[in-house]
Amino acid sequence: MQNWTEVGSVESVPQKGSRVMTTPDGDVAIFRTSGDEVFALFDQCPHKKGPLSQGIVYDKRVACPLHNWVIDLSSGEATGPDEGCTRSFDTKVEDGLIYIAL
Amino acid sequence: MKEKLVLIGNGMAGVRTLEELLKLAPEKYDITVFGDEPYGNYNRIMLSPVLAGDKTIDQIMINDRQWYIDNGITLHAGKKITHINRVKRQLETAEGEVFEYDRLLLATGSRPFMLPLPGRDLPGVISFRDIADVDTMLETAKSHKKAVVIGGGLLGLEAANGLMIQGMEVTVVHIADVLMNQQLDKPASDLMLHELEAKGLNFLMSYETAAIEGKKRVEKVVFKNGTEIDTDLVVMAVGIRPNIELAQSAGIHCERGIVVDDTMQTFDPKVYAVGECVQHRGSTFGLVAPLFEQAKVCANHLAQMGIARYVSSITSTKLKVTGIDLFSAGNFIGDESTEDLVFKDAARHIYKKLVIQDDKLIGAVLYGDTVDGAWYFQLMRDGTDVSSIRENMLFGQHHIGDSGHGASNSVDGLPDDAEICGCNGVCKGDIVKAISKHSLFTLDEVKSHTKASASCGSCTGLVEQLLASTLGSDFNDTPSKKPMCGCTSMSHGEVKNAIKEQGLKTISDLMVALEWKNADGCHSCRPALNYYLLSTWPDYQDDPQSRFINERVHANIQKDGTYSVVPRIWGGVTNANELRAIADISDKYKVPTVKITGGQRIDLLGVKKDDLPKMWADLSEAGFVSGHAYGKSLRTVKTCVGSEWCRFGTQDSTGLGIKVEKMTWGSWTPHKFKIAVSGCPRNCAEATIKDFGIVCVDSGYELHVGGNGGIKVRATDFLCKVATEEEAMEYCAAFMQLYREDAHYLERTAPWIERVGLKSVQAKVVDDHDNRKVLAQRFYESQEKSQDDPWAEHAAKQRENYIPIKQVG
Ligand SMILES: Cc1cc2nc3c(=O)[nH]c(=O)nc-3n(C[C@H](O)[C@H](O)[C@H](O)COP(=O)(O)OP(=O)(O)OC[C@H]3O[C@@H](n4cnc5c(N)ncnc54)[C@H](O)[C@@H]3O)c2cc1C
Ligand code: SF4
Ligand code: SF4
Ligand code: FES
Repeated sequence: MQNWTEVGSVESVPQKGSRVMTTPDGDVAIFRTSGDEVFALFDQCPHKKGPLSQGIVYDKRVACPLHNWVIDLSSGEATGPDEGCTRSFDTKVEDGLIYIAL
Repeated sequence: MKEKLVLIGNGMAGVRTLEELLKLAPEKYDITVFGDEPYGNYNRIMLSPVLAGDKTIDQIMINDRQWYIDNGITLHAGKKITHINRVKRQLETAEGEVFEYDRLLLATGSRPFMLPLPGRDLPGVISFRDIADVDTMLETAKSHKKAVVIGGGLLGLEAANGLMIQGMEVTVVHIADVLMNQQLDKPASDLMLHELEAKGLNFLMSYETAAIEGKKRVEKVVFKNGTEIDTDLVVMAVGIRPNIELAQSAGIHCERGIVVDDTMQTFDPKVYAVGECVQHRGSTFGLVAPLFEQAKVCANHLAQMGIARYVSSITSTKLKVTGIDLFSAGNFIGDESTEDLVFKDAARHIYKKLVIQDDKLIGAVLYGDTVDGAWYFQLMRDGTDVSSIRENMLFGQHHIGDSGHGASNSVDGLPDDAEICGCNGVCKGDIVKAISKHSLFTLDEVKSHTKASASCGSCTGLVEQLLASTLGSDFNDTPSKKPMCGCTSMSHGEVKNAIKEQGLKTISDLMVALEWKNADGCHSCRPALNYYLLSTWPDYQDDPQSRFINERVHANIQKDGTYSVVPRIWGGVTNANELRAIADISDKYKVPTVKITGGQRIDLLGVKKDDLPKMWADLSEAGFVSGHAYGKSLRTVKTCVGSEWCRFGTQDSTGLGIKVEKMTWGSWTPHKFKIAVSGCPRNCAEATIKDFGIVCVDSGYELHVGGNGGIKVRATDFLCKVATEEEAMEYCAAFMQLYREDAHYLERTAPWIERVGLKSVQAKVVDDHDNRKVLAQRFYESQEKSQDDPWAEHAAKQRENYIPIKQVG
């Protein structure tokens, strides 16, 4: 059984952008793509912990603001030649509200 | 059912076309490949290092058989196509099998030209073209001693060098008195001849072969002058001919090669051709760089995108014989209409010749010191006006205006652990390994595999040199235009033109109109497009999601994810009240570090993102605006105290600096832009390493442009002198506007001026008075919209972007 936590409305996250949710275990970045899909990743780049929430979002990927690693939003894996993975969380959208499984 | 695409010729150009096609339209065709060599696709260029024992056949495979399987391509390796029936769209192999096609791609390469001499069919007489030839040479070297190479061109010398390394006694026979006469002039050839002789090669210059003789196999070569020489092996390397028999027999129009148009289509619209077998606008080809460009264009049309055209460009050559540095490009012989710049130092084995026509560089030969080859080549391709650098250009790029030590050190001489990319800590060894291990061909590929040159880019030149020296050819020089990024094949210049010509107003319209490969673009093109639209259309609605974080949140992200805040301090002049306000605000937000910056202002470091809008509101209240220390925009105007206080001061440099800053702040530029004003030539404000520098003198103001104090220091170029403050400001506005409109995104003023030439900037800003006024006017207009303080606005309206969407626990 997954334990869903409500985050906020889809509209409150910019398209091709991100907002941060703070938790006792660290920040979680909530992403919204141009196609209104929602993803959530631990807000730390696998490279040197850059805040992924501050990166540029395209397709289902985000480019880390510190050194431009490109992270896949659904798996949290670094793409291309870089290797590393950051934690990803399941999300769902119901009635315009985002829920996340922490 | 998918259409059937058949490629004949499993070589470098054909398979590169497939690779490009798979990137554009992976599912479009059912692809079949025929190659009469029994292998996957290999890097023919690397046959020379294989012969020299530096590489194995496995190491030079570009695509092994698994690659064909993975991409759903049927490969018939070792099958030769002997007949094309264009009416039935059928092919026939030598064994009589029949296959069908909907579209056909011919990439049959070329064939070594064999001199029609008596004895040329004897065993032991070969060419140097494929793996089979190399195998024969390696075998022969094991059991025989003597070799003759006919032809002292690029290929012949590489063969001779390889055979010598394999232990043979080698003589090169050349019909002319200049070696590599396609690439070298006599003085360079003489230097090379001496060096190669010292290495142990023998030469017979101006010798013409009459016959090859032998009973069971070759035994000797006889010359027209009556002399002869014993040998066990003859390698003929006297040139290549486009391989057109198959096309010709099918009635496809051929001259010297298969004739294609700018879209790589032959006279039969179902049939395309690329590579050494083609003839485009009268030219045939012998180096891979242009072939890879053709591959791109052809793939674009096969994918039915239908926009690319092939334009042949100048090529450059390097020799892959170790220990000999040689570079040549363009028209290096010259004629009555050209002038030569020549440098020769026989003792150090260095020779350089540059050929100039109408103030442009059109050809270069470098021997012994080829470090600047890439730079000269760039100048040639860009058609840069070189009149202002002419005196020093022969001595290399590092003698032009800059005293830094950026990209112009020789890479070949560096040890493997030498750091090439300071940003990402990548060493020469890593790059070379990645290039050979992953068969990398382009700068972008090296960037994504090693991160070298992926950040500040100042090592790009070195990485390009490494590519060139590792691959033996200036691969990356292929695109005379470099695509903006992986999302398009268009260059920055082409995209900018399209924005204007097609009236593209938003990023999404642009991506649709120009057929972007990724719907959302990527982190490298989006910021550039946002800038181009913003600088083209005054009413453009900025897209914050296409800006780097620093510009999006108007602060500089630091390595721990906190931000730094730098308020604007006009001309570096402040007062007790402002300082008190900064002190109070620093206390209030517990700012851990307060630092005076090099740009004469104050940096508050270590601010948390959610504090940013609150802090800005407080700063606004105290009268501050953003210092744009985070932006590709005007940074600071540095000043000295000038005539108001300094005993040497000639003008009010501080006052002028403040006026200039009030005029220019808030403007977005392709890259950061720094200004300084010094009160006299002692230049305490360091105006000669700024993008725009003003040095006051008794009689007025000297204006300097294109300086840079970063990784690679570059002193400014002198633009002109003006008499009044008003003029100085107008020239400043016009220069900035020209830079805003003309430079590529992320191109500082220094490389921009080196690319377009100082002359062209002077022509537009200094000589043409009307144009200057128009430029300045456009600058003022765009400034009307840019000078709203982003801090005040974000503090008032956009706070939610700075605070968490939710806090749990
Ligand atoms: C030793 C050597 C060193 C070189 N060094 C350099 C260098 O440093 N820099 C540089 O830029 N260039 C260099 N070149 C040139 C470069 O290799 C060629 O320009 C390039 O390989 C040409 O590519 P292509 O696809 O047109 O032809 P190829 O690579 O020759 O491919 C054509 C293929 O088609 C096959 N084929 C032909 N007819 C048929 C048929 N009827 N049926 C089936 N298959 C057929 C051939 O067997 C061949 O495999 C070098 C070449 C050689 C030989
Ligand atoms: S540049 Fe000249 S005027 Fe300005 S402080 Fe220095 S010496 Fe004085
Ligand atoms: S020189 Fe600049 S980039 Fe380098 S560490 Fe200092 S602040 Fe950072
Ligand atoms: S921390 Fe993300 S790329 Fe370096």
